[in-house]
Amino acid sequence: MFVPSVTNPIGDFVRDMVPRITEFLPASFQSDTLNSVVAFLVNALICIIAVCAVNIGSAPILIYMERKVCAHVQCRLGPMRLGWHGTLQTIADVIKMLFKEVYAPSGADKLMFYLAPLIVLIAPFIVCALIPFSRSLVVADVSMGIPLIIAVNGFGVLGILLGGWSSNNKYSLLGALRSGAQMISYEISFAMILLFVVMISGSTNLMSITLGQEGTIFDWWIFKIPVLGFIAFILFFISSTAEMNRAPFDIAEAEQELTGGYHTEYNGTPFAMFYLAEYIALITNSALATTCFLGGFLPPCIGIEFVDNYLNMVPGVIWFFAKVYFMIWCYMMVRWTFVRPRVDQLMDFEWKFLLPVNLVLLTAGAIYMVIV
Amino acid sequence: MSEYIILSIFLFLGAFIAAAATVTGLVLGYRTKNTKNKMAPYECGMETIGNARIQFKVGYYLFALLFLVFDIEALFLFPVMTYFKEIISGHTDLSPAIVIIDLAIFMAILVSGLAYAWKKGILKWE
Repeated sequence: MFVPSVTNPIGDFVRDMVPRITEFLPASFQSDTLNSVVAFLVNALICIIAVCAVNIGSAPILIYMERKVCAHVQCRLGPMRLGWHGTLQTIADVIKMLFKEVYAPSGADKLMFYLAPLIVLIAPFIVCALIPFSRSLVVADVSMGIPLIIAVNGFGVLGILLGGWSSNNKYSLLGALRSGAQMISYEISFAMILLFVVMISGSTNLMSITLGQEGTIFDWWIFKIPVLGFIAFILFFISSTAEMNRAPFDIAEAEQELTGGYHTEYNGTPFAMFYLAEYIALITNSALATTCFLGGFLPPCIGIEFVDNYLNMVPGVIWFFAKVYFMIWCYMMVRWTFVRPRVDQLMDFEWKFLLPVNLVLLTAGAIYMVIV
Repeated sequence: MSEYIILSIFLFLGAFIAAAATVTGLVLGYRTKNTKNKMAPYECGMETIGNARIQFKVGYYLFALLFLVFDIEALFLFPVMTYFKEIISGHTDLSPAIVIIDLAIFMAILVSGLAYAWKKGILKWE
Protein backbone atom coordinates (compact mmCIF):
# COMPACT_ATOMS: atom_id res chain seq x y z
CA MET A 1 0.00 0.00 0.00
CA PHE A 2 1.23 3.47 -0.86
CA VAL A 3 1.64 5.69 2.18
CA PRO A 4 2.12 9.41 1.45
CA SER A 5 5.06 10.85 3.32
CA VAL A 6 6.38 14.31 4.00
CA THR A 7 9.21 14.94 1.57
CA ASN A 8 9.60 18.68 1.34
CA PRO A 9 12.01 20.55 3.63
CA ILE A 10 9.23 22.48 5.43
CA GLY A 11 7.92 19.19 6.76
CA ASP A 12 10.84 18.33 9.07
CA PHE A 13 9.18 20.07 11.98
CA VAL A 14 5.81 18.42 11.28
CA ARG A 15 7.41 14.99 10.95
CA ASP A 16 8.91 15.37 14.43
CA MET A 17 5.83 16.82 16.06
CA VAL A 18 3.13 14.40 14.87
CA PRO A 19 4.34 11.27 16.79
CA ARG A 20 4.41 13.33 19.99
CA ILE A 21 0.77 14.32 19.52
CA THR A 22 -0.51 10.89 18.45
CA GLU A 23 1.08 9.44 21.61
CA PHE A 24 -2.04 10.51 23.50
CA LEU A 25 -4.31 8.36 21.31
CA PRO A 26 -5.34 4.83 22.46
CA ALA A 27 -2.61 2.30 21.73
CA SER A 28 -4.72 0.41 19.16
CA PHE A 29 -4.83 3.52 16.94
CA GLN A 30 -1.12 4.19 16.95
CA SER A 31 0.90 3.14 13.92
CA ASP A 32 3.60 4.49 11.67
CA THR A 33 1.14 4.64 8.79
CA LEU A 34 -1.18 6.89 10.78
CA ASN A 35 1.70 9.14 11.80
CA SER A 36 2.87 9.37 8.23
CA VAL A 37 -0.58 10.17 6.83
CA VAL A 38 -1.33 12.74 9.54
CA ALA A 39 2.04 14.41 9.03
CA PHE A 40 1.38 14.52 5.28
CA LEU A 41 -2.04 16.12 5.72
CA VAL A 42 -0.83 18.68 8.28
CA ASN A 43 2.09 19.55 6.06
CA ALA A 44 -0.18 19.90 3.01
CA LEU A 45 -2.43 22.23 5.00
CA ILE A 46 0.53 24.39 6.04
CA CYS A 47 1.73 24.54 2.43
CA ILE A 48 -1.72 25.52 1.18
CA ILE A 49 -2.07 28.29 3.76
CA ALA A 50 1.43 29.58 3.02
CA VAL A 51 0.98 29.67 -0.75
CA CYS A 52 -2.49 31.21 -0.47
CA ALA A 53 -1.06 33.89 1.79
CA VAL A 54 1.74 34.63 -0.66
CA ASN A 55 -0.53 34.60 -3.72
CA ILE A 56 -3.74 36.20 -2.58
CA GLY A 57 -1.98 38.47 -0.11
CA SER A 58 0.41 39.81 -2.74
CA ALA A 59 -2.29 40.60 -5.30
CA PRO A 60 -3.68 43.71 -3.50
CA ILE A 61 -0.11 44.90 -2.86
CA LEU A 62 0.73 44.49 -6.54
CA ILE A 63 -2.42 46.26 -7.71
CA TYR A 64 -1.63 49.17 -5.39
CA MET A 65 1.98 49.14 -6.57
CA GLU A 66 0.97 49.09 -10.22
CA ARG A 67 -1.38 52.04 -9.76
CA LYS A 68 1.31 54.01 -7.96
CA VAL A 69 4.05 53.18 -10.48
CA CYS A 70 1.75 54.01 -13.38
CA ALA A 71 0.71 57.27 -11.73
CA HIS A 72 4.26 58.41 -11.02
CA VAL A 73 5.41 57.50 -14.54
CA GLN A 74 2.64 59.74 -15.85
CA CYS A 75 3.35 62.51 -13.30
CA ARG A 76 0.17 61.87 -11.31
CA LEU A 77 -0.27 60.92 -7.67
CA GLY A 78 -2.43 57.81 -8.04
CA PRO A 79 -4.77 56.67 -5.24
CA MET A 80 -4.38 59.10 -2.30
CA ARG A 81 -7.72 59.29 -0.47
CA LEU A 82 -8.31 56.03 1.42
CA GLY A 83 -5.81 55.39 4.19
CA TRP A 84 -2.20 56.61 4.19
CA HIS A 85 -1.33 57.41 0.56
CA GLY A 86 -4.29 55.36 -0.62
CA THR A 87 -3.08 52.07 0.84
CA LEU A 88 -6.61 50.90 1.65
CA GLN A 89 -7.90 51.62 -1.86
CA THR A 90 -7.38 48.06 -3.17
CA ILE A 91 -9.17 46.50 -0.20
CA ALA A 92 -12.12 48.80 -0.81
CA ASP A 93 -12.08 47.79 -4.48
CA VAL A 94 -12.11 44.10 -3.56
CA ILE A 95 -15.10 44.58 -1.23
CA LYS A 96 -16.91 46.55 -3.94
CA MET A 97 -16.20 43.73 -6.42
CA LEU A 98 -17.83 41.17 -4.09
CA PHE A 99 -21.14 43.05 -4.17
CA LYS A 100 -21.29 43.45 -7.96
CA GLU A 101 -23.88 41.44 -9.83
CA VAL A 102 -22.64 38.24 -11.49
CA TYR A 103 -24.48 37.30 -14.67
CA ALA A 104 -23.80 35.82 -18.08
CA PRO A 105 -25.03 37.70 -21.17
CA SER A 106 -27.84 36.21 -23.24
CA GLY A 107 -26.64 33.53 -25.63
CA ALA A 108 -23.56 32.75 -23.53
CA ASP A 109 -22.60 29.16 -22.82
CA LYS A 110 -23.22 29.37 -19.06
CA LEU A 111 -21.19 26.33 -17.98
CA MET A 112 -18.13 27.33 -20.00
CA PHE A 113 -18.57 30.96 -19.00
CA TYR A 114 -18.23 30.16 -15.30
CA LEU A 115 -15.61 27.44 -15.86
CA ALA A 116 -13.11 29.76 -17.59
CA PRO A 117 -11.93 31.70 -14.49
CA LEU A 118 -11.43 28.39 -12.67
CA ILE A 119 -9.07 27.10 -15.33
CA VAL A 120 -7.19 30.37 -15.59
CA LEU A 121 -6.44 30.35 -11.86
CA ILE A 122 -5.12 26.76 -11.70
CA ALA A 123 -1.84 27.33 -13.55
CA PRO A 124 -0.25 30.06 -11.39
CA PHE A 125 -1.09 28.15 -8.21
CA ILE A 126 0.74 25.02 -9.35
CA VAL A 127 3.76 27.03 -10.52
CA CYS A 128 3.89 28.77 -7.15
CA ALA A 129 4.03 25.39 -5.41
CA LEU A 130 7.20 24.51 -7.34
CA ILE A 131 9.25 27.62 -6.57
CA PRO A 132 11.85 27.34 -3.78
CA PHE A 133 11.40 30.40 -1.54
CA SER A 134 14.35 29.57 0.66
CA ARG A 135 16.68 26.68 1.45
CA SER A 136 13.99 24.96 3.51
CA LEU A 137 10.84 26.44 2.00
CA VAL A 138 9.55 24.66 -1.09
CA VAL A 139 6.14 23.04 -1.28
CA ALA A 140 6.83 20.34 -3.87
CA ASP A 141 10.50 19.67 -4.61
CA VAL A 142 9.95 17.65 -7.79
CA SER A 143 12.77 16.54 -10.08
CA MET A 144 10.81 17.52 -13.22
CA GLY A 145 10.34 21.15 -12.14
CA ILE A 146 11.02 23.03 -15.37
CA PRO A 147 9.12 20.76 -17.83
CA LEU A 148 6.19 20.79 -15.38
CA ILE A 149 6.18 24.59 -15.32
CA ILE A 150 6.15 24.72 -19.13
CA ALA A 151 3.30 22.19 -19.25
CA VAL A 152 1.22 23.96 -16.62
CA ASN A 153 1.79 27.43 -18.10
CA GLY A 154 -0.01 26.27 -21.24
CA PHE A 155 -3.15 25.76 -19.16
CA GLY A 156 -3.90 29.48 -18.94
CA VAL A 157 -4.47 29.67 -22.70
CA LEU A 158 -7.33 27.19 -22.40
CA GLY A 159 -9.13 29.32 -19.84
CA ILE A 160 -8.72 32.45 -21.95
CA LEU A 161 -9.96 30.74 -25.13
CA LEU A 162 -12.90 29.27 -23.22
CA GLY A 163 -13.81 32.62 -21.67
CA GLY A 164 -13.69 34.41 -25.01
CA TRP A 165 -15.62 31.78 -26.92
CA SER A 166 -18.38 31.29 -24.38
CA SER A 167 -19.19 35.01 -24.01
CA ASN A 168 -21.19 35.27 -27.25
CA ASN A 169 -19.41 38.50 -28.12
CA LYS A 170 -17.29 39.19 -31.16
CA TYR A 171 -14.80 41.34 -29.28
CA SER A 172 -14.30 38.57 -26.73
CA LEU A 173 -13.78 35.92 -29.40
CA LEU A 174 -11.26 38.02 -31.32
CA GLY A 175 -9.42 38.95 -28.14
CA ALA A 176 -9.28 35.34 -27.01
CA LEU A 177 -8.01 34.09 -30.38
CA ARG A 178 -5.33 36.73 -30.63
CA SER A 179 -4.31 36.06 -27.07
CA GLY A 180 -4.19 32.32 -27.72
CA ALA A 181 -2.04 32.75 -30.83
CA GLN A 182 0.28 35.11 -28.95
CA MET A 183 0.62 32.94 -25.86
CA ILE A 184 1.36 29.71 -27.70
CA SER A 185 3.89 31.48 -29.93
CA TYR A 186 5.82 33.00 -27.05
CA GLU A 187 5.61 29.77 -25.10
CA ILE A 188 8.16 28.30 -27.51
CA SER A 189 10.81 30.90 -26.77
CA PHE A 190 9.88 30.64 -23.08
CA ALA A 191 10.60 26.89 -23.24
CA MET A 192 13.81 27.42 -25.23
CA ILE A 193 15.21 29.87 -22.67
CA LEU A 194 14.43 27.49 -19.83
CA LEU A 195 16.16 24.82 -21.92
CA PHE A 196 19.24 27.05 -21.99
CA VAL A 197 19.11 27.34 -18.19
CA VAL A 198 18.71 23.57 -17.85
CA MET A 199 21.70 23.06 -20.13
CA ILE A 200 24.07 25.29 -18.17
CA SER A 201 22.90 24.13 -14.74
CA GLY A 202 22.53 20.44 -15.62
CA SER A 203 19.29 19.90 -13.73
CA THR A 204 15.54 20.39 -14.14
CA ASN A 205 14.96 20.64 -10.40
CA LEU A 206 14.46 24.26 -9.36
CA MET A 207 16.21 23.77 -6.02
CA SER A 208 19.38 22.43 -7.62
CA ILE A 209 19.25 25.16 -10.28
CA THR A 210 19.29 27.72 -7.46
CA LEU A 211 21.98 25.96 -5.44
CA GLY A 212 24.11 25.68 -8.59
CA GLN A 213 24.48 29.47 -8.47
CA GLU A 214 26.03 29.48 -5.00
CA GLY A 215 29.04 31.71 -4.48
CA THR A 216 29.34 35.34 -5.41
CA ILE A 217 27.04 37.47 -7.56
CA PHE A 218 29.14 36.51 -10.60
CA ASP A 219 28.13 32.86 -10.18
CA TRP A 220 24.49 33.66 -10.98
CA TRP A 221 23.48 32.29 -14.37
CA ILE A 222 22.91 35.80 -15.68
CA PHE A 223 26.62 36.64 -15.22
CA LYS A 224 28.26 33.19 -15.15
CA ILE A 225 28.18 32.68 -18.92
CA PRO A 226 29.55 35.95 -20.32
CA VAL A 227 27.09 37.90 -22.54
CA LEU A 228 25.01 34.79 -23.36
CA GLY A 229 23.52 34.67 -19.86
CA PHE A 230 22.47 38.30 -20.06
CA ILE A 231 20.95 37.83 -23.53
CA ALA A 232 19.03 34.81 -22.25
CA PHE A 233 17.74 36.88 -19.32
CA ILE A 234 16.51 39.64 -21.64
CA LEU A 235 14.83 37.11 -23.94
CA PHE A 236 13.19 35.47 -20.93
CA PHE A 237 11.94 38.88 -19.82
CA ILE A 238 10.41 39.57 -23.25
CA SER A 239 8.77 36.18 -23.69
CA SER A 240 7.38 36.07 -20.15
CA THR A 241 5.89 39.53 -20.61
CA ALA A 242 4.12 38.21 -23.71
CA GLU A 243 3.13 35.02 -21.86
CA MET A 244 1.38 37.06 -19.20
CA ASN A 245 -0.43 39.20 -21.79
CA ARG A 246 0.99 42.31 -20.19
CA ALA A 247 1.60 45.56 -22.02
CA PRO A 248 3.41 46.19 -24.38
CA PHE A 249 2.16 42.79 -25.56
CA ASP A 250 -1.45 43.20 -24.39
CA ILE A 251 -2.89 42.61 -27.87
CA ALA A 252 -5.64 40.52 -26.26
CA GLU A 253 -7.19 43.48 -24.52
CA ALA A 254 -6.07 46.37 -26.70
CA GLU A 255 -8.73 48.78 -25.45
CA GLN A 256 -8.82 50.89 -28.57
CA GLU A 257 -9.58 47.87 -30.78
CA LEU A 258 -11.24 45.17 -28.70
CA THR A 259 -12.72 46.96 -25.66
CA GLY A 260 -11.79 44.47 -22.92
CA GLY A 261 -10.61 41.47 -24.94
CA TYR A 262 -11.56 38.04 -23.66
CA HIS A 263 -13.10 39.34 -20.43
CA THR A 264 -15.35 42.00 -21.99
CA GLU A 265 -18.49 40.24 -20.77
CA TYR A 266 -17.24 39.31 -17.31
CA ASN A 267 -18.25 41.26 -14.24
CA GLY A 268 -18.11 40.92 -10.48
CA THR A 269 -16.05 38.16 -8.93
CA PRO A 270 -15.38 36.09 -12.10
CA PHE A 271 -13.77 39.18 -13.59
CA ALA A 272 -11.80 39.64 -10.38
CA MET A 273 -10.51 36.07 -10.80
CA PHE A 274 -9.06 36.90 -14.24
CA TYR A 275 -7.42 39.91 -12.66
CA LEU A 276 -6.10 37.85 -9.75
CA ALA A 277 -4.69 35.21 -12.11
CA GLU A 278 -2.88 37.93 -14.04
CA TYR A 279 -1.19 39.26 -10.90
CA ILE A 280 -0.33 35.83 -9.50
CA ALA A 281 1.22 35.04 -12.90
CA LEU A 282 3.27 38.23 -12.47
CA ILE A 283 4.59 36.92 -9.15
CA THR A 284 5.31 33.42 -10.44
CA ASN A 285 7.07 34.66 -13.57
CA SER A 286 9.20 37.06 -11.55
CA ALA A 287 9.94 34.22 -9.12
CA LEU A 288 10.95 32.00 -12.04
CA ALA A 289 13.25 34.69 -13.44
CA THR A 290 14.75 35.11 -9.98
CA THR A 291 15.27 31.38 -9.54
CA CYS A 292 16.70 30.75 -12.99
CA PHE A 293 18.88 33.83 -13.44
CA LEU A 294 19.23 35.93 -10.29
CA GLY A 295 20.29 33.28 -7.80
CA GLY A 296 16.90 32.71 -6.13
CA PHE A 297 17.19 33.00 -2.37
CA LEU A 298 20.99 33.34 -2.38
CA PRO A 299 22.39 36.66 -1.14
CA PRO A 300 24.26 38.87 -3.65
CA CYS A 301 27.73 38.19 -2.24
CA ILE A 302 30.55 40.18 -3.82
CA GLY A 303 33.56 38.18 -2.68
CA ILE A 304 34.70 40.47 0.14
CA GLU A 305 34.36 38.44 3.32
CA PHE A 306 33.55 41.37 5.60
CA VAL A 307 30.53 42.44 3.52
CA ASP A 308 29.41 38.88 2.70
CA ASN A 309 29.07 37.97 6.38
CA TYR A 310 26.50 40.72 6.82
CA LEU A 311 24.68 39.75 3.60
CA ASN A 312 24.52 36.11 4.69
CA MET A 313 22.86 37.10 7.96
CA VAL A 314 19.69 38.17 6.11
CA PRO A 315 17.29 35.19 5.66
CA GLY A 316 16.90 33.74 2.16
CA VAL A 317 13.17 34.51 1.98
CA ILE A 318 13.91 38.24 2.27
CA TRP A 319 16.50 38.13 -0.53
CA PHE A 320 14.05 36.12 -2.62
CA PHE A 321 11.20 38.57 -2.24
CA ALA A 322 13.52 41.56 -2.67
CA LYS A 323 14.60 40.15 -6.04
CA VAL A 324 11.03 39.19 -6.97
CA TYR A 325 9.76 42.70 -6.25
CA PHE A 326 12.65 44.19 -8.21
CA MET A 327 11.62 42.02 -11.19
CA ILE A 328 7.97 43.03 -10.74
CA TRP A 329 9.03 46.69 -10.72
CA CYS A 330 10.90 46.09 -13.99
CA TYR A 331 7.80 44.50 -15.56
CA MET A 332 5.72 47.48 -14.43
CA MET A 333 8.17 50.06 -15.77
CA VAL A 334 8.22 48.25 -19.11
CA ARG A 335 4.43 48.23 -19.16
CA TRP A 336 4.18 51.97 -18.75
CA THR A 337 7.15 52.88 -20.95
CA PHE A 338 6.79 51.05 -24.25
CA VAL A 339 4.09 51.32 -26.88
CA ARG A 340 2.06 48.36 -28.07
CA PRO A 341 3.10 46.71 -31.37
CA ARG A 342 0.51 45.68 -33.97
CA VAL A 343 -0.61 42.06 -33.94
CA ASP A 344 1.30 41.15 -37.12
CA GLN A 345 4.46 42.85 -35.82
CA LEU A 346 4.10 40.85 -32.63
CA MET A 347 3.90 37.52 -34.43
CA ASP A 348 6.75 38.45 -36.78
CA PHE A 349 8.87 39.43 -33.80
CA GLU A 350 8.42 36.01 -32.21
CA TRP A 351 8.75 33.75 -35.25
CA LYS A 352 11.26 35.69 -37.33
CA PHE A 353 13.42 37.21 -34.61
CA LEU A 354 13.04 35.68 -31.15
CA LEU A 355 12.94 32.03 -32.22
CA PRO A 356 16.02 32.15 -34.52
CA VAL A 357 17.88 34.12 -31.84
CA ASN A 358 16.90 31.47 -29.31
CA LEU A 359 18.21 28.67 -31.49
CA VAL A 360 21.47 30.54 -32.03
CA LEU A 361 21.74 31.19 -28.30
CA LEU A 362 21.22 27.52 -27.52
CA THR A 363 23.89 26.50 -30.02
CA ALA A 364 26.29 29.17 -28.77
CA GLY A 365 25.71 28.01 -25.20
CA ALA A 366 26.45 24.41 -26.17
CA ILE A 367 29.65 25.49 -27.97
CA TYR A 368 30.70 27.57 -24.96
CA MET A 369 30.20 24.58 -22.68
CA VAL A 370 32.20 22.30 -24.94
CA ILE A 371 35.10 24.76 -25.12
CA VAL A 372 35.24 25.87 -21.47
CA MET B 1 5.11 10.52 -5.45
CA SER B 2 4.03 12.47 -2.34
CA GLU B 3 5.10 15.72 -4.00
CA TYR B 4 2.74 15.04 -6.86
CA ILE B 5 -0.14 14.46 -4.44
CA ILE B 6 0.49 17.91 -2.97
CA LEU B 7 0.62 19.33 -6.50
CA SER B 8 -2.73 17.71 -7.31
CA ILE B 9 -4.15 19.33 -4.17
CA PHE B 10 -2.92 22.65 -5.55
CA LEU B 11 -4.61 21.87 -8.86
CA PHE B 12 -7.94 21.78 -7.08
CA LEU B 13 -7.04 24.68 -4.80
CA GLY B 14 -6.88 27.22 -7.62
CA ALA B 15 -10.16 25.97 -9.06
CA PHE B 16 -11.74 25.92 -5.61
CA ILE B 17 -10.80 29.53 -4.86
CA ALA B 18 -12.24 30.72 -8.18
CA ALA B 19 -15.42 28.68 -7.63
CA ALA B 20 -15.80 30.00 -4.08
CA ALA B 21 -15.39 33.58 -5.31
CA THR B 22 -17.97 33.09 -8.06
CA VAL B 23 -20.48 31.61 -5.59
CA THR B 24 -19.81 34.48 -3.15
CA GLY B 25 -20.48 36.93 -5.95
CA LEU B 26 -23.71 35.15 -6.89
CA VAL B 27 -24.90 35.17 -3.25
CA LEU B 28 -23.80 38.65 -2.16
CA GLY B 29 -24.18 40.44 -5.47
CA TYR B 30 -26.71 43.20 -5.99
CA ARG B 31 -29.47 42.01 -8.33
CA THR B 32 -31.49 43.87 -10.91
CA LYS B 33 -34.24 42.64 -13.20
CA ASN B 34 -32.95 40.83 -16.29
CA THR B 35 -34.03 43.18 -19.03
CA LYS B 36 -33.24 42.64 -22.70
CA ASN B 37 -30.83 45.58 -22.83
CA LYS B 38 -28.95 44.44 -19.74
CA MET B 39 -28.41 40.91 -21.01
CA ALA B 40 -27.37 41.95 -24.52
CA PRO B 41 -23.70 41.26 -25.34
CA TYR B 42 -21.56 44.40 -25.42
CA GLU B 43 -21.51 46.13 -28.79
CA CYS B 44 -21.09 49.76 -29.80
CA GLY B 45 -24.67 50.77 -29.09
CA MET B 46 -26.34 48.35 -31.47
CA GLU B 47 -27.33 44.72 -31.59
CA THR B 48 -24.72 42.19 -32.66
CA ILE B 49 -25.15 41.27 -36.31
CA GLY B 50 -25.23 37.51 -36.89
CA ASN B 51 -23.72 34.85 -34.70
CA ALA B 52 -20.85 35.91 -32.46
CA ARG B 53 -19.08 32.57 -33.01
CA ILE B 54 -17.80 33.50 -36.44
CA GLN B 55 -15.46 31.51 -38.63
CA PHE B 56 -11.96 32.82 -38.14
CA LYS B 57 -9.02 32.64 -40.45
CA VAL B 58 -6.92 29.54 -40.93
CA GLY B 59 -3.72 31.39 -39.93
CA TYR B 60 -4.41 30.73 -36.25
CA TYR B 61 -4.61 26.99 -36.92
CA LEU B 62 -1.31 26.97 -38.81
CA PHE B 63 0.41 28.78 -35.94
CA ALA B 64 -1.01 26.23 -33.53
CA LEU B 65 0.43 23.42 -35.68
CA LEU B 66 3.84 25.09 -35.75
CA PHE B 67 3.66 25.58 -31.99
CA LEU B 68 2.99 21.87 -31.54
CA VAL B 69 6.05 20.93 -33.59
CA PHE B 70 8.43 23.31 -31.83
CA ASP B 71 7.14 22.71 -28.32
CA ILE B 72 7.47 18.95 -28.70
CA GLU B 73 10.97 19.35 -30.12
CA ALA B 74 11.89 21.53 -27.15
CA LEU B 75 10.56 18.82 -24.84
CA PHE B 76 12.63 16.21 -26.70
CA LEU B 77 15.72 18.30 -26.03
CA PHE B 78 15.13 18.41 -22.27
CA PRO B 79 16.50 14.94 -21.38
CA VAL B 80 19.65 15.52 -23.44
CA MET B 81 20.24 19.02 -22.10
CA THR B 82 19.82 17.86 -18.49
CA TYR B 83 22.81 15.55 -18.90
CA PHE B 84 24.70 17.68 -21.44
CA LYS B 85 27.22 18.89 -18.85
CA GLU B 86 27.98 15.34 -17.69
CA ILE B 87 28.15 13.94 -21.21
CA ILE B 88 30.67 16.47 -22.52
CA SER B 89 32.84 16.07 -19.42
CA GLY B 90 32.99 12.33 -20.18
CA HIS B 91 31.35 11.04 -16.99
CA THR B 92 28.89 8.83 -18.89
CA ASP B 93 29.22 5.87 -21.23
CA LEU B 94 28.18 8.02 -24.17
CA SER B 95 30.82 9.44 -26.45
CA PRO B 96 30.68 13.28 -26.35
CA ALA B 97 31.45 13.64 -30.07
CA ILE B 98 28.57 11.41 -31.15
CA VAL B 99 26.10 13.19 -28.85
CA ILE B 100 27.17 16.59 -30.20
CA ILE B 101 26.80 15.41 -33.80
CA ASP B 102 23.36 13.97 -32.99
CA LEU B 103 22.31 17.26 -31.41
CA ALA B 104 23.60 19.19 -34.43
CA ILE B 105 21.50 16.99 -36.75
CA PHE B 106 18.45 17.48 -34.52
CA MET B 107 18.91 21.25 -34.45
CA ALA B 108 19.43 21.29 -38.24
CA ILE B 109 16.07 19.54 -38.70
CA LEU B 110 14.47 22.05 -36.32
CA VAL B 111 15.93 25.03 -38.18
CA SER B 112 15.04 23.63 -41.61
CA GLY B 113 11.46 23.17 -40.40
CA LEU B 114 11.30 26.82 -39.43
CA ALA B 115 12.94 27.85 -42.73
CA TYR B 116 10.39 25.78 -44.68
CA ALA B 117 7.45 27.36 -42.86
CA TRP B 118 8.98 30.80 -43.41
CA LYS B 119 9.49 30.19 -47.14
CA LYS B 120 5.96 28.81 -47.51
CA GLY B 121 4.64 32.10 -46.11
CA ILE B 122 2.92 30.59 -43.07
CA LEU B 123 4.65 33.08 -40.81
CA LYS B 124 3.14 36.01 -42.72
CA TRP B 125 0.30 37.49 -40.71
CA GLU B 126 -2.31 39.27 -42.81
